[in-house]
Amino acid sequence: MNKNELKKAALGGLLQNPVFVLVLGTCPTLAMSGTLANAFGLGVATAFVLICSNVFISLLRKVIPDRVRLPGYIVIIATFVTVVELAVAKFFPALNESVGVFIPLIVVNCIILGRAEAYAGKHGALPSLIDGVSMGLGFIAAISLLGLIRQGLTLAGFGVFSQSAGGFIIFGILMALFNLLIDTVKRRNRRQLFRAGTGGKQ
Amino acid sequence: MSMFFSILLSGLITDNMVMMRTLGICPFLGVSKKLESGLGMGLAVTFVLVLASVVCYVLYYYVLAPLSLVYLQTIVFILIIAVLVQVLDIVLKKLSPALYASLGVYLALITTNCVVLFTANNVISQGFNILGAFVNAVAVGLGFTLALLLMAGIRERLDRAALPKSVQGLPIALITAGIMALAFMGLKGLFGG
Repeated sequence: MNKNELKKAALGGLLQNPVFVLVLGTCPTLAMSGTLANAFGLGVATAFVLICSNVFISLLRKVIPDRVRLPGYIVIIATFVTVVELAVAKFFPALNESVGVFIPLIVVNCIILGRAEAYAGKHGALPSLIDGVSMGLGFIAAISLLGLIRQGLTLAGFGVFSQSAGGFIIFGILMALFNLLIDTVKRRNRRQLFRAGTGGKQ
Repeated sequence: MSMFFSILLSGLITDNMVMMRTLGICPFLGVSKKLESGLGMGLAVTFVLVLASVVCYVLYYYVLAPLSLVYLQTIVFILIIAVLVQVLDIVLKKLSPALYASLGVYLALITTNCVVLFTANNVISQGFNILGAFVNAVAVGLGFTLALLLMAGIRERLDRAALPKSVQGLPIALITAGIMALAFMGLKGLFGG
């Protein structure tokens, strides 16, 4: 496994941010980002499942027959979700009260199945671990950012932002800003490449 | 009877899965570009919802609970949903190839539509009886279809609007959904929450 590939996996959470760029896992992101605490709690639970299932699926990728790989992945993911479900109910009763309904829904979070299909099923355990950590952190960052903004606006007196409507609007605006940022960076890179290219010829 | 009416109303409007609970957003954004495919998707989801709710209900109360295997709920439910979607896939391919083609990958993705799993879980946690589970699934499915159709109608027009490049596509769709959700919140007030 070369270094370049590991680096690429490690940067995936930022450059291919699961929420803003790949637009995966939108439902929990919107539903649970009303407050920062909920957002962070669900983010960590999701990241844990993502990392565990990435490593496990990568280890089992040669054992699982290709034709039944999706049901296989889902069973592995559901198992880890059940682990998280039971652990949260036992050790974090407050979190269980607020995000409990959404923990089983981690099974159908497309980030996890998406990474299993796109990455863990094709790569070794170490890169898959790094990919899981990076994507997990990217998810935690995105959902927490949304939670921070929405809770801030709610505390400032705009109660609508704790509701679904505010979530949609803030998410839309953030995604537009992210697009703008990526476009600007790309354009600048292209210009630099262009300059470097002509400079080389002369 | 009034209980069924309130289940129906809450599934359709005041507790609309897409607008009020922000579940099922992927198909909501992905298949809402045309009215026909929006309607097809909505009905396919409704079909899976009804079957999944009823089958999960029966399995939970007659198999999992007596054997005290309740902790397997998540795993069992998701497997049932996956099997039902596979069946729907085979049936649709045979009966309506045109609809099958227009739904594309989103048909298989009904498995990972959180509305389905959430509703199946919700039936258990709300303690509905089997008739309630059935009505609830129909109401949730119709509510999902309603949101999808409204969005598709708006997006067919949005496509022709002159917008800054970074707002085009998903961002403006999300902001539109936010404004739609505001309208749904207004209706919630109308029916007394």
